[in-house]
Amino acid sequence: MNSFCIKLSFLFFIFYQVSSVQSQNFEDYSQTVNGENITIDLVAVKGGSFQMGNNNGKEDEKPVHEVTINDFWIGKYEITWDQYDAFVFGEFGPEQFKSKDKLKDLGIDAVTGATPPYVDMSFNMGKGSSPAVNMTQYAALMYCKWLTSKTGIFYRLPTEAEWEYVCKKGNTKKDSLNDISWYAENSSEKYKKTGTKEANDLGIYDLLGNVSEWVLDQYDTDYYKNSPKSNPWNKPTKLYPRVLRGGSWKDTADKLCCSSRQTSNPKWKRRDPQIPKSNWWHTDAPFIGFRVVRPRVLPSKEDIKAYWLKAFTDF
Amino acid sequence: MKQKKISRRHFVKESSLATGGILLSSSLFGSPTSSFKKEKTLKLALVGCGGRGTGAVVQALKADNNVKLTALADAFEDQIEKAYTNLSSLFGTSRIEVKPSMKFAGFGSYKKAIDEADVVILTTPPGFRPQHFEYAIEQGKHVFMEKPVATDVAGIKKVLEAAKLAKQKKLNVVVGLQRRYQAEYLELNKRIKNGELGKIISGQIYWNGAGVWVRPRTASMTEMEYQMRNWYYFNWLCGDHILEQHIHNIDVANWFIGEHPIKAQGMGGREVRKGKDHGQIFDHHFVEFTYPSGTIISSQCRHQPGCFSQVAETFQGTQGTSYTGGGNTAILKSYSGNNIYKHDGENDRNPYQVEHDRLFAAIRSREEVINDTEIGVESTMTAIMGRMATYSGKEITWDAAMDSNLGLVPNEDLLDFNSLPPVVPNEHGEYPIPVPGQTSYF
Repeated sequence: MNSFCIKLSFLFFIFYQVSSVQSQNFEDYSQTVNGENITIDLVAVKGGSFQMGNNNGKEDEKPVHEVTINDFWIGKYEITWDQYDAFVFGEFGPEQFKSKDKLKDLGIDAVTGATPPYVDMSFNMGKGSSPAVNMTQYAALMYCKWLTSKTGIFYRLPTEAEWEYVCKKGNTKKDSLNDISWYAENSSEKYKKTGTKEANDLGIYDLLGNVSEWVLDQYDTDYYKNSPKSNPWNKPTKLYPRVLRGGSWKDTADKLCCSSRQTSNPKWKRRDPQIPKSNWWHTDAPFIGFRVVRPRVLPSKEDIKAYWLKAFTDF
Repeated sequence: MKQKKISRRHFVKESSLATGGILLSSSLFGSPTSSFKKEKTLKLALVGCGGRGTGAVVQALKADNNVKLTALADAFEDQIEKAYTNLSSLFGTSRIEVKPSMKFAGFGSYKKAIDEADVVILTTPPGFRPQHFEYAIEQGKHVFMEKPVATDVAGIKKVLEAAKLAKQKKLNVVVGLQRRYQAEYLELNKRIKNGELGKIISGQIYWNGAGVWVRPRTASMTEMEYQMRNWYYFNWLCGDHILEQHIHNIDVANWFIGEHPIKAQGMGGREVRKGKDHGQIFDHHFVEFTYPSGTIISSQCRHQPGCFSQVAETFQGTQGTSYTGGGNTAILKSYSGNNIYKHDGENDRNPYQVEHDRLFAAIRSREEVINDTEIGVESTMTAIMGRMATYSGKEITWDAAMDSNLGLVPNEDLLDFNSLPPVVPNEHGEYPIPVPGQTSYF
């Protein structure tokens, strides 16, 4: 199953370099965050066309279809607890953020902080530079909004297409899954600190395994049949199911594949005793996290606004 | 041969047996059983309309199709409306039949809601629980109540008295110590009682986290309204986090060991969370509980961001160790390091739902009566004893704590939003905070 998956990525992954207008600084960088003792490393990913999906995979991975992606930067690592807690336990006075006018240009009227979790959300698997887990997709996106408001630079979650593009372009699986990722057979039932396996060819760590990663899309089995060719994004209209990518420390090796799609599940909040259930935390998902992206070309204010998804009341 | 002396491990049971004469005369109270046949539609009242109470109503309605919510009570009207809106959108009017006249706001409103119901859910801040529980049992209602069951010793005694009456009336009472209804804990307890760890000689229990919500004061609030909104930080309402949260882990220790401690000593204070919005509670406690059999449990709870965090229980027996915590993890290990048992709880049922499934099944049953009150009382009292130890810096025995009759909570029926709460701030807006070595408890 593994080698099968690798071969497929090779077979179907053909790039057509798009000759785009080069702006001056399209290279890797480290994002510092005003007033916080964290930096987030980003990797520049040149856009292009690729074959999305897998005709030999599950039904929802079919058909393989050509997709074009614009240039963007993506987090070199999954967002860590240190980076996430800066948001969860941060200050939210206006002095913490860019000016009101600047925020308006980024489609932001207000920044909302997560409610603190009632229990320890790392489930004793480690904090610090380990990946943050158990957050909802809304919380992950609000993290991006917080980061945007702190830095004045637009960050968001990757789209499903961007995520798969990076995974395939980076030839992520290379020779051995064990060299590049944490999964059920080698993880001793815990997530691990980010970046402790080898990076893919683009220098990005832990795309497959460690924690499953939130992307921006609503899950739709049939989406590939009609999705747009250019920068597709299936904008969510309901809370469940949404898409995660990459698999986690809990998944067996055969589940870790650049084209595999995972879906969110209401069961992940089954031990939330409150109604409505938390917008911010799952109680039973210590295997899901996220990484951030930044599009190279800043979208219009209206387009940015569309990315700041609203919370759906969860019963 | 067992000790002759009445063991403290059974203090609740013994004290209720002392009234055994009444136990036999249940006919005094009408029907010999308080069970309801399936066809009877049960009326449910919610007292305490926050997120937890609303959640408990959802679980009750899912547990039994022939239950309707008919009354809501809360100190605050906005909380009642929020709960009503959320529940109506979930279940519709066929199951949420709360007429405007059945929404009761303000202090003392619990009575009207309880009067209307067959089954009541008690989920206000815990300081009020004894008074609500006492009234519900007097009125012959079945009860689901959240932990803890009191914040002071006077409350403990009130609940104990009501527990006796509940037994006589064969009323069902489930207390929201949901680990008692959670598969991995039930399995581990069974195995520990079967001797798979040998005798438990020590343990460590943890609720170390970053803390909970804060609700800031607004200009229009009276002192009473402010404390009621921001209740977590006031002892008469909340009992401090060693009680409000850490009771879960303390309860596991009492349950697995099979008795409650006879004394406690410890330390604690406010190191990080000490603003005016943070009332009077500590942000950390560390307590050593000594059990009658000699077992020592180290208990730690902390509300400080950025520190080692863990919610778990570990025990060392003469033959092995146990760990419960995190997701649904439960492990028994031998000292050679091998797993004796490992629980995979990924598909276990939601314990909050199981609580209500069991409660309503018992209410419908002619045989089974569930009464968790004594369990809830013992674990609540254990945490209160721990709090007395950290506040005073002294060693506190169970008997001395019980004899203290410590009372923090005024009679709710005499309160309104202009009443002065039992604790008030000084001219700088600061509340009196316990000082170890100086604060005395008796």
